Amino acid sequence: MICLAPVAAWLRDLEPLPERQRLVALLIAGGMVVLIFELVRRRKLREEYSWVWVITAAGLALLALYQDLLLTLSQWVGSSNAVSTLFFGALLFLLALVLQFSVRLSRLTHRHRTLGQRLALLEEEVLRLRSKRAREDENLPQRLPDDRDEVA
Amino acid sequence: MSNTVLVIPAYREAGRVGVIVRAALGLGLDLDVLVIDDGSSDRTSDEARQAGASVVRHPFNLGYGCALHTGYCHALRRGYQRVLQMDADGQHEAAMLPRLIAGLDQGADVVIGSRYLEGRAPEASLARRAGTRLFAWVATRWTGVRITDPTSGFQGLSHRALASVVNDGFPEDYPDTDVLVEHHRRGLRILEVPVRMYARLGGTSMHRGARVAYYGYKMLLTLLLLPVRRATPLRQHDTVARLS
Repeated sequence: MICLAPVAAWLRDLEPLPERQRLVALLIAGGMVVLIFELVRRRKLREEYSWVWVITAAGLALLALYQDLLLTLSQWVGSSNAVSTLFFGALLFLLALVLQFSVRLSRLTHRHRTLGQRLALLEEEVLRLRSKRAREDENLPQRLPDDRDEVA
Repeated sequence: MSNTVLVIPAYREAGRVGVIVRAALGLGLDLDVLVIDDGSSDRTSDEARQAGASVVRHPFNLGYGCALHTGYCHALRRGYQRVLQMDADGQHEAAMLPRLIAGLDQGADVVIGSRYLEGRAPEASLARRAGTRLFAWVATRWTGVRITDPTSGFQGLSHRALASVVNDGFPEDYPDTDVLVEHHRRGLRILEVPVRMYARLGGTSMHRGARVAYYGYKMLLTLLLLPVRRATPLRQHDTVARLS
C-alpha cells in the first residue's frame, strides 16, 4: 500500500486538471494527423485509407475541445460516464474498420485469384505456341550457306 | 485435339501424378489430359508433362476449387465439349472413366462417380462420414436426385454444365454440395454412377483437422444463403474467351 501511495497522489493531482487531459488529447490528435500525412508523403499509406484516420484524429480533437459533446453522447447511449462512452466508441470504430478491411480483402482475394489463373493460362498458351513454332521451324527446308535472298 | 479433356488438379503430387496420367492415357480413350499444378514446390508439373499431359501451372497455391476452375476455363478456351475430372492422389481409378463418359452419353450434364453405390468405400473419419451423410441428404432433398457422394471429385461435365460453372462464384476451396445444388437450380441433369475409390496414395488431404469443421460451417452457410444470394456475374469473360 505504501508503494502505491505516490501513484494515488499523482492521480489525485491529475484528476482536477481537465486542461492537461485536453492538452494530451489534442497532442495525440495532432500527432496522428502528422503521422498520417508523413505516411502518405512517403507513399507508405494510400490516400484512400488515410481519410478514416484523419477523421478519427479530428473527432478526438473535437471531443477534447468540446467536452460537453462527450457528456451529451454519454447521455444518448445511456452510459454512466464519459470514459465508457469513449471506449465504446473506439471499439465500434475498430470493429467497423476491421469489417471494412475484410470486405476489401475478399475483393482483393478474388482479383488475385483471377490474375493467378489468367497468368497460368496465358503461360501455358505461350509454351504451347512456342513448341508448335519450334516444330514448324524444324519442318522448314534448310537454307544452304550460299543461298542469297533475292533483292528487287 | 479430342473434344474431351480430363482435368486433374494436383498440389504436391510428385510421385503419384505421373502414374495417374499414364493410367488415363493408357486406356486408349479419345481424351486429352490436363494437369493443373496448383503452385506445387515439387516436381508435379515435370512429372505430369513427362507422362504426356498438358500442364497449366498456378504461380502460387490458389486452392482445389480454383484449380478446377482454371481447368474449366482452359477447357472453354480450347473449345472442349466435355470435361472429366479426377484427383491426382490415387483415390480415383482411371479405369472408371468410361463410366463417367457413358453417363454423359446418356444425356446427363453432370455425372458423379459415387464410392457408396457399390462395393466398399475407403475408411474415413467419423466427422467426415457424418458430414458426407448430412450433405448427401441435403443434396438429395434439394435436387430430387439420389446423391450418395456429394464430396466426390470424380465427375464428368457436359458443355452446358461447363459453361455454367465458369462464373465468379465458383467456390475456391470446396466445390461440393453447393455446386451440385447450383447445377440443379440451373436445370442441369445430374446422374450418379458407381465407381471404386481407394485411400490416398500419399500427400495430405484437404479435409483434415480443423478444416473439417470449417468445411461444415462454410457449406451450411453457402447452402443457407444460396436461394437469396446475388447472382454471380460472368466477369471471367477474357479468362474463358475461346482462342481463335
